[in-house]
Amino acid sequence: MTCAGRTAGWVAITATAPAFAQDLPARYNIPSPVTSIAAQIHDLHTLMLLICLLIFVGVFGVMFWAVFRHRKSRGAVAANFHENTAVEIAWTVVPVLILLGMAWPATRTVIEMKDTSNPDLTIKATGYQWKWGYDYLQGEGEGIRFLSSLATPRAQIEGAAPKGETYLLEVDKPLVVPVGKKIRVLLTANDVIHSWWVPAFGVKQDAIPGFIRDTWFRADREGVFRGNCAELCGRDHGFMPVEVHVVSAERYSAWVREQRAAPTALADAARAPR
Amino acid sequence: MAAAPHDLLHAPHAGPSGLMRWLTTTNHKDIGTMYLVFSFVMFLSGGVMALTIRAELFQPGLQVVQPEFFNQLTTMHGLVMVFGAIMPAFVGFANWQIPLMIGASDMAFARMNNWSFWLLPPAAILLLASFFVPGGATAAGWTLYAPLSVQMGMGMDLAIFALHILGVSSIMGAINIVVTVLNMRAPGMTLMKMPLFCWTWLITAYLLIAVMPVLAGAVTMILTDRHFGTHFFNAAGGGDPVMYQHIFWFFGHPEVYIMILPAFGIISQIIPAFARKPLFGYASMVYATASIAILSFAVWAHHMFATGMPAAGQLFFMYATMLIAVPTGVKVFNWVATMWRGAMTFEAPMLFATGFIFVFTIGGFTGLICAIAPIDIQVQDTYYVVAHFHYVLVAGSLFALFAGAYYWLPKWTGHMPSEALGKLHFWCSIVFFNITFFPMHFLGLAGMPRRIPDYALQFADFNALASVGAFGFGLSQLIFLAVVIKCIRGGERAAARAWEGAEGLEWTVPSPAPHHTFEEAPLVR
Amino acid sequence: MNQASSIHSAERYFVPAPSKYPIIGALALLLFGAGAALWLNRAPSGPWLFFGGVAVLVYMLFGWFGQVVRESESGLYGRRVGRSFRWSMGWFIFSEVMFFAAFFGALFYARVLAVPWLAAGANEALLWPGFTAAWPTVGPYLPSGADPFTPMGAWGIPALNTLILLSSGATLTWAHHGLLQARRGQLKLGLALTIALGLLFIGLQAYEYGHAWTELGLRLNSGIYGATFYLLTGFHGLHVTIGVLMLIVMLVRAFAGHFSPERHFGFEAAAWYWHFVDVVWLILFVVVYWL
Ligand code: HEA
Ligand code: HEA
Ligand code: CUA
Ligand SMILES: [Cu+2]
Repeated sequence: MTCAGRTAGWVAITATAPAFAQDLPARYNIPSPVTSIAAQIHDLHTLMLLICLLIFVGVFGVMFWAVFRHRKSRGAVAANFHENTAVEIAWTVVPVLILLGMAWPATRTVIEMKDTSNPDLTIKATGYQWKWGYDYLQGEGEGIRFLSSLATPRAQIEGAAPKGETYLLEVDKPLVVPVGKKIRVLLTANDVIHSWWVPAFGVKQDAIPGFIRDTWFRADREGVFRGNCAELCGRDHGFMPVEVHVVSAERYSAWVREQRAAPTALADAARAPR
Repeated sequence: MAAAPHDLLHAPHAGPSGLMRWLTTTNHKDIGTMYLVFSFVMFLSGGVMALTIRAELFQPGLQVVQPEFFNQLTTMHGLVMVFGAIMPAFVGFANWQIPLMIGASDMAFARMNNWSFWLLPPAAILLLASFFVPGGATAAGWTLYAPLSVQMGMGMDLAIFALHILGVSSIMGAINIVVTVLNMRAPGMTLMKMPLFCWTWLITAYLLIAVMPVLAGAVTMILTDRHFGTHFFNAAGGGDPVMYQHIFWFFGHPEVYIMILPAFGIISQIIPAFARKPLFGYASMVYATASIAILSFAVWAHHMFATGMPAAGQLFFMYATMLIAVPTGVKVFNWVATMWRGAMTFEAPMLFATGFIFVFTIGGFTGLICAIAPIDIQVQDTYYVVAHFHYVLVAGSLFALFAGAYYWLPKWTGHMPSEALGKLHFWCSIVFFNITFFPMHFLGLAGMPRRIPDYALQFADFNALASVGAFGFGLSQLIFLAVVIKCIRGGERAAARAWEGAEGLEWTVPSPAPHHTFEEAPLVR
Repeated sequence: MNQASSIHSAERYFVPAPSKYPIIGALALLLFGAGAALWLNRAPSGPWLFFGGVAVLVYMLFGWFGQVVRESESGLYGRRVGRSFRWSMGWFIFSEVMFFAAFFGALFYARVLAVPWLAAGANEALLWPGFTAAWPTVGPYLPSGADPFTPMGAWGIPALNTLILLSSGATLTWAHHGLLQARRGQLKLGLALTIALGLLFIGLQAYEYGHAWTELGLRLNSGIYGATFYLLTGFHGLHVTIGVLMLIVMLVRAFAGHFSPERHFGFEAAAWYWHFVDVVWLILFVVVYWL
C-alpha cells in the first residue's frame, strides 16, 4: 500500500530507463562529460597530464641519459662543477611561467563553477546516514520531496546473489531533472558531512550539517548518471549512491504531474526527517 | 684521554646493561636504534592493516571484513603509518646521524631524548588497544573529521590521548634537534657547511614545533565536543564542522612536508656520494627547502576545495599550492645536475635514491593536478588522491628511508649490507609498488571513492591488480628485514668510509661507530 | 681532524648518565591517557588509573628536576648547556603560543566567519530562520533571541585580573633585578609577591567561573561563545597555575641559596614563562572579554 504508492511515480521512470543512452562505465579516465563544466575539467586534466608528461620525459630523459652514460663502470670520471646561478634562476623562472599557463584556464573554470545565479530549478539535497533526501524548492516541480536510498539487495553485496550491472550505483528513487536547464543544488546534511557527487556533471559538493552550500549543473543530454557519496560518513558511506535521470522537458513535466497525483508519496515524503 | 676530574662527564660509560640499558639510555645511538626498530614494527602493523584492506577490496562484495571494521582499518592504517612508522623513522635517522654529521658528542638534551622515544610505545599501546574496546577503534579517517569523530566510541578518546602523547614526543624531539643543530656544531662547521640532511631536519623541526600544538588543539576541541558539551563543530551552537578541517589541515599540510623534507635530506646525501661529485646547488637546495616549509603554511585549504569555499578562497589556495612545485622542482633539477657527468655506481642506496626521484616526481605531478581546484573537485576523495599520496609517501618517504638505511647500515652495524639482497629488495619494491598504486590513478579518475569497503563492478579489474601488487610489495619488505638481520649478525666488514664517494664527518669515525663519538669536538675546515 | 688541544675538555658538553625518569614519565602518561579515556567513558577503573598517572608524573617531575638542579648547582653545565637551555625554553614557549593560536583561531573563525554565515542567505532562510549574527551568541538553536546567558563583562574582575597580572610581571622583574645585583632579600620578596599575585589571580578566576556558571548561566555548552570562553580562559588558568608552581620552586631554591647573579637560568626560564602567560592574558582580555 504505502510501499506501492511510494514507488508508483518512479515505476514509469525506471521502466523506461534502459531506453536512455546508458554510457559505458569509465575505466581509465574521467567519465565522458555531460555538462560544460565537466568538459572543461576533462580538458584541463588532459592539458595538465600532457604538460606534466612532457616535463617528466624531459627531466628523466636527462637523468636516465646520465644514469646510463655517466657510470663509473663505463669509465666515466666525475666532473667537479657544483654551482651555477644562471641555471638555478632559469629552472626557477621557467616553471613559474608554466604554472601561470596552467592557472589561467583553471581560474576561468573556477569562476564559472561558482556562478550559481539564475537557476531554472533549485533542489535541496540533504545527506542522511545513509541516504539522500531531495526537496524541489523552486521551479517546475516545486514541493516534491522524497528520500533516495540504495536499491542493491543485501544478497548481492554478501555474494549470495549475482551482482547486477549497476551494482551499488542504483537507488530506489532517483533524482529527476530536465535536460538543458540550469539546476542549482543546495547541499546540507542532517548528521555528519556527506558529499554529493556526479562525475559526469563535474559536480562534487560537501553537504555540511547546519550549513547550506550550493553548486549547479546543466546537463547537455538525456540519460542516467550515477555517482556516490564522497565524504566518509560512517558505516555505510560506501552504500549511499546518487542516481540522476536527465529527461526531456515533456517527460519531466509528466513526471512532475505523476508525483502530484500520487498523494501518498507526498504525504510520505512530508514525514521524512528534515 | 680524559683525566680523573672529568669523571662525572664520563658517567655514561658506567651505564646499566641488559634491558635497563635500553630503558634508561641517554646515548643518541641507542635511542636512534630504538626509534628505527619501533618504526619498523609499526610499519609492519600498519602494513598488515593495509593488506587486510586490500584483501577486502580484491573483488566487489563484502568478503573479509564488515564495513564498520573496514573504516577502522583505514583510519588506523593512516594513523599508524603516519605517526608510528614514517615520522619516528626520520627521528631515528636524526638521532643517529645529526650528532655524527655535525661533530657533536650527543644530542643537546640526552635525557629528554630518551623520554621523547619512550613516549611512543605508550601512545602506540593506546592506539592499538582501541581496537579492543567497546565500539572498536576510531573509524573517522586519519583526518578525524568532525562531526563523524564526535559520534565515535571510546576508541576515539584513546586515539585523542595517543595523539596528545605523540605530540609531546614530537615537540620535545624537535626542540632537541633544533638546539643540537644550532648549538652543538663542531668548530668550523658553519651553517652553510652543514650536511643537507641536517638542514632539512632543522627546518622540519621548526615545522613540528609550529604545527603539532595545533593538532593538539584540534583534537582537544573534539574531546570537549564529545564529552563536555561544547559546540566548536556544531552549527546549532554557532560552531562549524568545516572549522575543524581548517585547523586540522593547518597542521596536516605542513605535516606531509614533515614526512618528506628529511627524505629530501637523505637523498641529497646519497646522490653526491654515488655520483662521486659534490651536490649541485647546495645553497639553492637550502633555500628551496626553506621555501617549501614557509609555503606549506599557506596552502592547507587545498584539501577542502569541495567544502564550498568562496571563489576567492579557492583561487588563493590553488595558486599558493601550485607555487610549491617551483622549489620542489629546484630540488629535482639539482639532483639530476648532481648526477650529470658524475661517475656513478648503483649500490642499493643509490638505487633507492634514483627510484625515489623518479617515482616521487610522479606523485608530485599528481599533487599538482590535485591542486587545480576544478580537477580536484572531480578527484577529491577518490582513489586518485590515494594514488597521489602513496606515490609521495611510500615511493617518497619510505623509499628514502630505505635508501638511508642501506647507506648508513655499515656505520651502524660495522658490516656492509648484502648487495644482492638489497638490489632484489629494490627491484621487487619498485615493481610491486607500481603494480599496487599505479592502477589507483585510473580507479580514481573513473570515479571510485576512497574509504569504501565495496565498489561498483567496473572497478573490479584494477582493484584485483592493486591487491595482488600490495601482497607482493608487503612480502618484498621481508627482504629488507632479512638484510638488516644479516647485516647485524655479520658480513663483509665496513671501512670507516664505507662508500667510496661518501663525504662527511660520520665517515671519519670507525664502523661501527663507537658508543661515544666526538667527545672532543673535531675541527672542520 | 681531532684537535683536542684547541677545545679544552672542561668545556666539553655535559651528557647526563642513564636515567630512570624518562621511562617513569612514559608510564605516567600511559596511565594518564588510559585512565582519562576510561573515565570519560564511565569505567570505574578510570579515575584510579588517571590519578595514578598523575601521581607517577609528579614523582617523576620532582625526581627529574631535582636532578637537574643538583647537576646545575654542582657546576656541570657549562656555558653551552646554558645556551641550549635558553634556545629550548624559547622554542617551547613558541609551541605553547601555537597551542593557544589554535583556540584563538577558532574564536576568530567562529566570530568573523561562521556566525555571520549562519545568519545570512540560504543558511538563515532554510535552516536557521530568524537567527541574527551577534556576539556573544549561543548559536542558532535558540532563535527566540532570549539570551540564555549573560556574557562576562570586561570591566569587573577581568580588568582587576589584568591589573594583577601586569603588576605581577613588574614584581617579578623587580625580583630579577634583586638577583642580578645580589640583593637576595629583594629576590625573595619579589618572588613571594609575584606568587601571591598569581594565587590571587587564580582565586579570582575561580570565583568568576563560579559566578558565570551559576548566576550568569554561562556554561561550556553555551554555544560557541561558552566553548571558546572556557577553553581559552581555562587553558590560560592552567598555565598560570603551572607558572605559579614554577615560581614556588624558584622561591624554594632562592631560600636554599641557589642562583648567582651570573648563573640563574632556572629563574629566567620561569620568568619568561610568566611573561608569556601575561601576554596571553592581555590578548585574551581584549578579544574574549572586551571586544
Ligand atoms: C610526503 C607527503 C606529501 C607530499 C610531498 C605532497 C606533495 C604535494 N601534494 Fe599532497 N597529499 C599528501 C601527501 C603529500 N603531498 C597526503 C597524505 C594527502 C591526502 C591526505 C588525506 O586526505 O588523507 C595529500 C593530498 C593532496 C591534495 C588534496 C587532494 C584531495 O584530497 O582532493 C592536494 C591538492 O592540492 C595535494 C597537492 C600536493 C602538491 C601540489 C604537492 C607538491 O609538493 C608536489 C611538488 C612536486 C612536483 C610538482 C614534482 C617535481 C617538480 C618538478 C619536476 C618541477 C617542474 C614542474 C612543473 C612546473 C609542473 N596533495
Ligand atoms: C604514511 C605512510 C603510508 C604507507 C607506508 C602506506 C602503505 C600502504 N598503504 Fe596506505 N594510507 C596512508 C599512508 C600510508 N600507507 C594514509 C595516510 C591513508 C589514508 C587513510 C584514511 O583514509 O584515513 C592510507 C590509505 C590506504 C588505502 C585506502 C584505504 C581506503 O580508502 O579505504 C589503501 C588501499 O589500498 C592503502 C594501501 C596501502 C598499502 C598496500 C601499503 C603498503 O605499502 C604497505 C606495505 C607493508 C606491508 C604489507 C607490511 C610488511 C610485511 C609483512 C607484515 C609481512 C606479511 C606480508 C604478507 C603475508 C604479504 N592505504
Ligand atoms: Cu554519506 Cu559518505
Ligand atoms: Cu596538502
